[in-house]
Amino acid sequence: MSQPVADPTLRVACVQFRPVLGDVAANLEATCDLLAAARAQGADLAVFPELSLTGYFLKDLVPEVAISLEGPEVERLRRAAGGLLALVGAVLETPDHRFHNAAILLGEGGVLQVHRKLYLPTYGLFDEQRDLAPGQRIQARTVRLPGRVPWRVGILICEDLWHPSAPYVLSRQGLDLLLCPSASPAQGVQGPDGPLGSAASYTAMTRTYAELFTTFLVYCNRVGYEDGVQFWGGSRVLGADGSLLAGPAPAEPLILTAAVDRGGLRRARIAYPLLRDERPAIVAAALGERGGELPTDD
Amino acid sequence: MSSPLTINPALVAGILRGFLAEETAKVGFGRVVVGLSGGVDSAVVCCLAAEALGPQQVLAVLLPYRTTDPASMRDALAVVERTGVRHRVVEITAQVDAYLAGVPEASPLRRGNKMARERMSVLYDLSLAEAALVVGTSNKTELLLGYGTLHGDMAHALNPLGDLYKTQVYELARTLAVPEPVLAKAPSADLWAGQSDEADLGFTYADADRILYHLVDERRRPAEVVALGLSPELVATVRERMRQNQYKRRLPLIAKLSRRTIDRDFRYPRDWGY
Repeated sequence: MSQPVADPTLRVACVQFRPVLGDVAANLEATCDLLAAARAQGADLAVFPELSLTGYFLKDLVPEVAISLEGPEVERLRRAAGGLLALVGAVLETPDHRFHNAAILLGEGGVLQVHRKLYLPTYGLFDEQRDLAPGQRIQARTVRLPGRVPWRVGILICEDLWHPSAPYVLSRQGLDLLLCPSASPAQGVQGPDGPLGSAASYTAMTRTYAELFTTFLVYCNRVGYEDGVQFWGGSRVLGADGSLLAGPAPAEPLILTAAVDRGGLRRARIAYPLLRDERPAIVAAALGERGGELPTDD
Repeated sequence: MSSPLTINPALVAGILRGFLAEETAKVGFGRVVVGLSGGVDSAVVCCLAAEALGPQQVLAVLLPYRTTDPASMRDALAVVERTGVRHRVVEITAQVDAYLAGVPEASPLRRGNKMARERMSVLYDLSLAEAALVVGTSNKTELLLGYGTLHGDMAHALNPLGDLYKTQVYELARTLAVPEPVLAKAPSADLWAGQSDEADLGFTYADADRILYHLVDERRRPAEVVALGLSPELVATVRERMRQNQYKRRLPLIAKLSRRTIDRDFRYPRDWGY
């Protein structure tokens, strides 16, 4: 009897969500409903925006909205996800009471992976380092869904993308699908026909990373307003050659889906064998000499 | 080459309509009250609010004093007609004059401030009667220069224009249903006959906006702004006005005593729970 052939595709869904600021119970309810809606649209993987269970500009609300991996909220999400893979944003409290801006990947009946945001922006309108602790680890992992080929998945949250070392490291760990939850505020309206400044930056970064690291990329930004600041949506799915498979979505609550196919990944890596040709030893040697420190005056 | 202040008006209008719709709806209000002066700022706010919420959800209030230029009323009514919003005329002469009769020595500035605060008082009364939020019309130029009355026109719940310079408000206005006479006339607070903002300020909005844009948005040093071809005296004047009026842009100072003082180390978003 021949082995059934594993399905090389995965249907991903960006859930462009508008959380209620500081109301975890309300956002948890909405998340469970949206997981059901994503499943009804045939999704295998549902990606929610950064801090989707809490909202973004939390300030002193951070300790009040924090949950733990062992708490009832994650258990509720695990049950709601069922056979679906789901990436949900939350403030996670460590046993020693540090608070992380985290993305939790649920699937295979439990928590598969937690990414804690590495780079906490603290400039301009951002103030994350005041309230949150930075993550310490970048780790891609293999995800297996029944009847599907395995996928190497990496997670980076919003500002993490502004540091190209982060997707670089994931790429060296093996990366087929980069998931990027985001809460990017709208800023920069210059130029008579110009795009939104924030959108232009993410369009450039996501395209560049998908193309140069030859990886599928899912960018899920939130929508809605907090204290007068708009989150501009623009969620999208990119192919491993940098092409747009779906989106950018308009700035309203919606679910955007697209199928990713390993055939596309293979073709991109044949056309552009950048992964094969990369020379990490040169990077390691160059950084190793100084530990990556900037030059000093001496 | 276009000015660095040039905006994409369609993009801006979309963000501002969403701002008005969401920031009113999520706190349980579907309606707004706007003081309509006949000038460009309140005309733009009226247009955006009518588009965002529907004209029936917008109450435009015309608040003339006996010295108000009749052309202002005519222009304000043209905005009402073009946008289809509801409107009311509430004359403030009686209450303002009742107070000013007791202070005959009051300067034009004091008289103007009194009028601005009476208007605010009427708008907030109607806001309660209408279950509607007061939407402000102060632009970024006015806010940075302190060219507004504290607890007068600077008092409101939401401000869609506070991050647009005056010249950018005009750019936006030209793409909205703002009547031509509103766009054509010289900006004026209309606190006394023949008043002109630019005469009051002693410089043009075009110059002020260029200087403020480079100082504030681009964070250039004053010498770098002068090097762009702007007068050193004017750069210094504008920067000093911005510094002197910082207090108007902040809540009152609270004397710190405890370990958690409101707005210093008690920091919650205004949209807490919304």
